[in-house]
Amino acid sequence: MTAPVQYPAAGLVPFSATGPASPTGGKRAGSAGPGSSSGARRFLASLFACLRNPWPDRRAERTLGGVSLLVSASVIAMIVFVGIRAWPIFAHNGISWLGPGGNLETEIGNMQATSVNPPAAAFHLRAWPLVYGTLLTSAIAVVLGLAIAVLSSIFIVELAPARLRKVVIPVIRLLASVPSVIYGLIGVLVLVPFVGNHLVTASEKASEQNVVELTGAGLGVAAVILTVMITPIMIALICEALIAAPTSWREGAVALGLNPLRAVLAVTLRGVRPAIVAAAVLATARALGEAVMIQMVSGGRSFEPNPAAGVVFFYEPLRTLASAIVDYHEGVGAPALKATLYAFAALLLFAACVLSIGGYLVKLPLRKYQTRG
Amino acid sequence: MSTFAPHQQKGRQPTSQRGRQSSPWSWRWGDRLVLFCAWTAGLGLCLVSAGIVIYMGYRGIEYLRPGLLFSRPAISTSQSQSGGFLDPLIGTVLLTLIGILLAGPLAVISAIWIAEYGRPSWLARVVESSIEIVAGTPDIVLALFGLSIFQLGLFAPLSFRSEAGGVFGRSFIAAGAMMSLIALPPLFAATREGLQAVPAHLREAAFALGKTRITTIRRVLLPSVRSNIATGVTLGVSRIIGDTAIVLLLLGETLHIEAQGSVPGLNVLRGTGSSLTSYVYDNSPAGEGAAPQKAYAAAFVLLLMVLALNLLVDRIGRSHQRSMGLSVPGGAI
Amino acid sequence: MSRDEMLLDPWNVTAVEQQDDPRADQSQTPPVEAPRALSIGGSQAPSAQSSEAPATQAPEVPPVRTIVLDRPPEPVAPPLRERNPLREPMRSTAGLERLRLDGVGIEYAGKPAVKSVSLSIHQGEVLALIGPSGCGKTTLLRTLNRLTELTPSAARAGEVLLDGEDIHELPDTTLRSRVAMVFQQPNPFPMSIFDNVAFALREQSRKRPRRRELEPLVIDALRRAGLYDEVRDDLDRPALRLSGGQQQRLCIARAIAPRPEVLLMDEPCSALDPISTGVIEQLIGELRRDLAVVIVTHNLAQAHRVADKVAFLYLGDLVEYGTTAEVFDEPRAQRTRDYVRGAFG
Repeated sequence: MTAPVQYPAAGLVPFSATGPASPTGGKRAGSAGPGSSSGARRFLASLFACLRNPWPDRRAERTLGGVSLLVSASVIAMIVFVGIRAWPIFAHNGISWLGPGGNLETEIGNMQATSVNPPAAAFHLRAWPLVYGTLLTSAIAVVLGLAIAVLSSIFIVELAPARLRKVVIPVIRLLASVPSVIYGLIGVLVLVPFVGNHLVTASEKASEQNVVELTGAGLGVAAVILTVMITPIMIALICEALIAAPTSWREGAVALGLNPLRAVLAVTLRGVRPAIVAAAVLATARALGEAVMIQMVSGGRSFEPNPAAGVVFFYEPLRTLASAIVDYHEGVGAPALKATLYAFAALLLFAACVLSIGGYLVKLPLRKYQTRG
Repeated sequence: MSTFAPHQQKGRQPTSQRGRQSSPWSWRWGDRLVLFCAWTAGLGLCLVSAGIVIYMGYRGIEYLRPGLLFSRPAISTSQSQSGGFLDPLIGTVLLTLIGILLAGPLAVISAIWIAEYGRPSWLARVVESSIEIVAGTPDIVLALFGLSIFQLGLFAPLSFRSEAGGVFGRSFIAAGAMMSLIALPPLFAATREGLQAVPAHLREAAFALGKTRITTIRRVLLPSVRSNIATGVTLGVSRIIGDTAIVLLLLGETLHIEAQGSVPGLNVLRGTGSSLTSYVYDNSPAGEGAAPQKAYAAAFVLLLMVLALNLLVDRIGRSHQRSMGLSVPGGAI
Repeated sequence: MSRDEMLLDPWNVTAVEQQDDPRADQSQTPPVEAPRALSIGGSQAPSAQSSEAPATQAPEVPPVRTIVLDRPPEPVAPPLRERNPLREPMRSTAGLERLRLDGVGIEYAGKPAVKSVSLSIHQGEVLALIGPSGCGKTTLLRTLNRLTELTPSAARAGEVLLDGEDIHELPDTTLRSRVAMVFQQPNPFPMSIFDNVAFALREQSRKRPRRRELEPLVIDALRRAGLYDEVRDDLDRPALRLSGGQQQRLCIARAIAPRPEVLLMDEPCSALDPISTGVIEQLIGELRRDLAVVIVTHNLAQAHRVADKVAFLYLGDLVEYGTTAEVFDEPRAQRTRDYVRGAFG
């Protein structure tokens, strides 16, 4: 008869028990060699043993959790830092900081001109032109982009021949990851001259020349390129959701006598509403925060395009919050300007937070129609 | 009396002729409108995408010469003398390395903690929300944040002090640290998705053998999400490569890589330089230069890098699906 | 055989083995030994063939039975009805002919799934398509509302006439509004219960019907599907919150709301628990007054309970077609006999 197997003592082995090669065991083993009694070597040996041998679960959990907390701590630090740096502007202007009135360019000029201890008047700011520009470009881009994205996704998934589909989907994914500076390059080297030389008539330029110069760089080009930039992201997300939707819905709808397009519109599109919301939120966040591309094509003047001006509305230059940061970042040494730029950044951060909360809230009532059991 | 297979005749040869489909002319007008708009949008999309790709390719091939990749940029008004973009290229690579080296362990560890432990739950939600906030933050805000951090006296060793005594705050380390924040969300999301997709019986088998949780993670789970991590890293790299705002604000925008200090290796990290994206920006009419040819060439190189990364992500995804025994969904992709 | 022998050896393997092997030449091959394992406790093996094998020999492997077609009918087991004395199969009078299949054949990518089937389906009766897996039942069912056209590699032959019209001449949307289908897995749409049932009604009308107009139709459909009492308090609940049986009944309500002429059911109860199955079977009995019902089922007992006519498909061929009593109690084809007795499947 074979010898009985040696089991560890005391019955059940607790979940977080160390294995046979416990750190302490390793330490002892490491230091048990003859003549290896120097403190440094023992320390190193125990360190390596500690790292190599299996950790107890509690220590592992604490370590991993600590590292994760580090990440979130840095994010919270970011929010706090930006808020602290932006505080002087809020303190001086209050909520009317967002309001209209005043010429933004002279205000910023005043800020740049001051030295280390600026007078209180240097903090005066009315940033409405920037807010207006941001809202205008983002709204146009998101609304247009969402419509195009939904229709194109339906086309790609339903109507396109299979060979076209195989080509288009990778191209869309590629376009979604193209750097924004390349879009800006195409805009400033192709679209702006085209608009400036061929679309804007001389009479339109003359009508505006007292106020602003129409060079072609302005709202139109910025909105178009922003749309082209955010639409592939939305298309990729919506296509993925449409493809992943259960085919039983479509089959059931077709079996009830609907043509295939109607089946997708009436059933599958309803089912992928959360994905559409997620895509819209993502695209809006991207559109709000786009800095470099807008700065390249929007004309660089803090002007408020006037919708009553007709077609010229689309040729007028503007500036957004993000592009203003890029424009003025070199002067960040001046305290008033620094506070201003951080104020813009704080507003953008706040908008991003509001967007993600808003997206979550919009998806909440849709959730009950989704998962199958 | 049961009829034993009545009326059976010799079958005719089947043909694949479809019956009459309902034609769009009989649909409601709303559906016809959607059909028309969908076709228009789809074809327009194809044209625009093809246009962008073909145009950038055409310009790139027109202006890109291999010598540009290997020669350093020089200041000169004439195109033929102003050199190539070796320094920006090295800058991009360096930034990517720093960013991934910083973001990789952080993202993977956070994902493991969230997916496997995640106690207490309010803490897990805080971590998840904060990473979501980073994902939604514009890169310009991250760049400003980096500026505010690295201009503190505490971080002077990471860049250098200017003559007036202020911390310059702009260096490869500064930009790389912020790039890691850019790359963190995709890597975190990919790893967490991969961990959540690992079937429960894999973990249970390991526990049944007496392994601790951390050992299971190390030996069983991490190897099985290798491809997800690879996908996340590739996505993070492509985001780092494409980012301009952080480079503009945090890298000092010098034409060559200027090292600071005396420690070899560390002096480059503390130094300033440029990246491909800032090179494109600077050479376009929006920056100082009027060198659109160089800008097109550098943009083309950027596009090729992004294309290569996309193909890599596709490849990883496909080989992962094959190894998991799934087939690529037919027809659509 | 005496009753005791029948109970102990209900298949009477020993007797049948030795009787019906027309291909074996018994003078040349060694005699087939009666498998001892199957004849328990003293059944009389017919004398001539059993050899006295010594007890120390290794047990013999029973020989493979050959299944022969077209034997004259011979009841070899107690009829099915006797085994289920509590349930009487439902009876009805057949109405006018709704669907006629004429030489229907279907191929997928060159491989035939259904070979030349001709059938007739009448209002007021339930036709059950039975047969082992992969024998073309579901394919045949899906042909009836042209769902096989969704598969690109499908090819068809033959004709299907709905009330005399060729279904391939009708627009497919019109056909499917007259021939409704219920699937194996319940697939309610991601909407409320009301919207689910009203779905086809809304889609089929030219103008947008208002909720007031739809409500009585929806309630009627839910009543006929036996779901109304359970959901009457809140018709706007999401449909995906219902249990499996309720979801399947919702799908039935959705299918019958636009008053189709034929209802096709593809194993509707296979994913459900016995109570829901019972409810749905009762439902089918009530529904067949207004519609023709074709049901595909794996469950022979269910076919026996529910169906008026039974069609047995084997490997794409229609082997037998007749009333339930005929096919289950006096099947003509040996293959049918084997299947309904459970010899294979």
